[in-house]
Amino acid sequence: MEQFGLLAVAVIGVPLALTGYIFLVEAIVGTLPRRRRPQVRPWFWIGPALAFVLVFLVYPTLQTIWLSFFDASSANFVGADNYTFIAQDDNVRTALRNNVLWVVFYTAAVLVFGLLIAVLADRVPYEGPAKSLIFVPMAISFVAASVVWKFIYAYQPPGVLQTGTLNAVVTTVGGEPRAWLTDLATNNFALIFVAVWSWTGFATVILSAGLKGVPVELLEAARVDGAKERTVFRQIVLPLLGPTIAVVATTLVIFALKAFDVVYVMTNGNFDTEVIANRMYKELFNSRNFGRAAAIATLLLAAIIPVLIVNLRRFRFQEAIR
Amino acid sequence: MLPANLMRKIGPAIVGALIVAACSPAAQPSGASGGAAASGAGGGKIGGSVSVLGAWGADEQASFLAMVKPFEDQTGVKVEYEGTRDLNAILTTRVQGGNPPELAGLPGPGQMAQFAKAGKLTDLGSILDTSAMKDQYADDWLKLGSVDGKQYGIFIKSSVKGLIWYDPKQFTSKSYTVPKTFDDMIKLSEKIRDSGAAPWCVGLESGAASGWPGTDWLEDIVLRQAGPEKYDAWYNGTLKWSSPEIKSAFQTWGKIVSDPKMVFGGKNAMLTTNFGDSGNPLFTSPPSCYMHHQASFITDFFVKAKPGLKPVTDFTFFPFPDIDSKYAGSAEVAGDLFGMFKDTPQARALLKYLTTSEAQSIWVKRGGALSANKKVNAADYPDDIARESAKIITSAKTVRFDASDLMPEAMNNAFWKAILDYVGDPSKLDGILANLDKIQTDAYKK
Repeated sequence: MEQFGLLAVAVIGVPLALTGYIFLVEAIVGTLPRRRRPQVRPWFWIGPALAFVLVFLVYPTLQTIWLSFFDASSANFVGADNYTFIAQDDNVRTALRNNVLWVVFYTAAVLVFGLLIAVLADRVPYEGPAKSLIFVPMAISFVAASVVWKFIYAYQPPGVLQTGTLNAVVTTVGGEPRAWLTDLATNNFALIFVAVWSWTGFATVILSAGLKGVPVELLEAARVDGAKERTVFRQIVLPLLGPTIAVVATTLVIFALKAFDVVYVMTNGNFDTEVIANRMYKELFNSRNFGRAAAIATLLLAAIIPVLIVNLRRFRFQEAIR
Repeated sequence: MLPANLMRKIGPAIVGALIVAACSPAAQPSGASGGAAASGAGGGKIGGSVSVLGAWGADEQASFLAMVKPFEDQTGVKVEYEGTRDLNAILTTRVQGGNPPELAGLPGPGQMAQFAKAGKLTDLGSILDTSAMKDQYADDWLKLGSVDGKQYGIFIKSSVKGLIWYDPKQFTSKSYTVPKTFDDMIKLSEKIRDSGAAPWCVGLESGAASGWPGTDWLEDIVLRQAGPEKYDAWYNGTLKWSSPEIKSAFQTWGKIVSDPKMVFGGKNAMLTTNFGDSGNPLFTSPPSCYMHHQASFITDFFVKAKPGLKPVTDFTFFPFPDIDSKYAGSAEVAGDLFGMFKDTPQARALLKYLTTSEAQSIWVKRGGALSANKKVNAADYPDDIARESAKIITSAKTVRFDASDLMPEAMNNAFWKAILDYVGDPSKLDGILANLDKIQTDAYKK
């Protein structure tokens, strides 16, 4: 019962406080000379959001970087020790290699599948249902998706009834069952595919929206001029979709760098499937080494920053040509 | 603009509301009652609730809930149990975040000591009746739960590790005899292998804790091959992993796991099969394997997988055989330690209740658990198997606690991974041990 009471307070109280804040701001701004008001008002309006960004984003980031120069319990300054450790650690090296695999194959696969489905769905009458079907996995949490796929990849020794869907198919067509998640040749790709399956819907929906933005007159003109469908796609559709593809790709690259859930649930980084985020989790929660965990977090941040810069530049460039 | 801002404000407010609600003491109805539960509570209904975090899921969770049911009925205290297979991470996060459960199962004595030294655990000396505890628990069990002479943890359930399970009907029909020594066991394995069947079933998968069933094998071998002194030095971090004792323990285990014909399904099955399911091929027809190494709790899993199975006639065990006769009569045990992170009347009452033989016999009767409490009646054990395994603890000359649970968490995790790496490729042993040495130097520093 108490929870409901407090929930009511939150639901009613927060909008009230918000409205109150706006009136308060107007009252304060009203006391200023008319000329100064437009300069001051935006700061008051953006203030709460800015405060949240500072407290929940900027401060923890700086604190993490600061802690990465301290020892396990954050008590003694150790200089760059944590960084030299992670530079020499085999686990971190494996993780870096795997993150590269994730960035390349995850991003490429989601884009290719997404684009393919968007383009093909565009040409059929049942586009809506088709896209919805592809989008459904997005609604499942990564943890749940990983559990589902663990069943699909399940392995039983040859000769025993295969309980995993994939091995059941493989043995039906006469192949040998494979331990997809522990076999060093397949496991990273098996993990990446789970994430691809989950996120293809995202790429499909956004690229499909981009596709609708391609002017029909342009396509018709090309076709009238005798261009084949493939040429139309390559010369007109693809260039016009460029910015959309770039946005999706950036999101995917950042996601690939942060990959965690799938790996944690399915292999926990064993059998050479370690990724940076899982390494950080282990240092933080299993070894309770705050210094090293912070150093790995900083490394991850450093890897993501270039992607953000490229994205911002492209964004600004687009604004400029508009 | 507004909705986004609104969300940001509502989010923390809701979380805050829930925390406040979780912490606020509820109304305390009064009433009269008797029994162990009520005496634990100092008599009467005290009401309210107590949060408990543990590693048990599925059947084990059901057994724990059955164990606390009389307590709930008699005291009116609601036990809010939460189970996780990644206990260490969840517990650490909640303790660090200032939101610990009131009572929690502790991952092991090693982890308990770290929490105790950080001042996170409540000293149980004033809460539990010390002399009654001495009367009910063997000294070693109490010692394992104490740090610097203070009692921080108490065992509410235990198990004997290193039991070899088999189907006696199969042994009789094939006229296999129960091996007395490790060499005999290897000879028997080879005999079964040469007859075209797989002697062993091994399963190492266990979510984030994958690899641990292998650590039990290694511990059993080290204890019987290198002796208790080396065993102690090993988990205390003073014996190197690359030392001849530990290296040869891996190689001894390798006689079984590095031969693909020795284990059902070979390395792929070992790495992908969950420990709970891994013994089931003993009971297929014809059996897919003849022996399975696991602690006493596994009977629970056998019966769950094949409800018709009867202990003693369908499955039984022999203790892990001696390797070096000098160390004959060794046994390895493990158990579930409980500690208190928040001292509330409800938590005190529940902890007191859990230490009683009345409470512990409930789980014992349901199967899958041995009691750490001496007062639990032997007649309460559901069958001869449980009684026999309980007897191993009391009759062994040398009893040692699960070494990996005594190691620092970072070392324990690396040990799990090393097991998987070794099974994946036994030729990499030297590299694996060198890496463990590196982690050892680092993990024991704190």
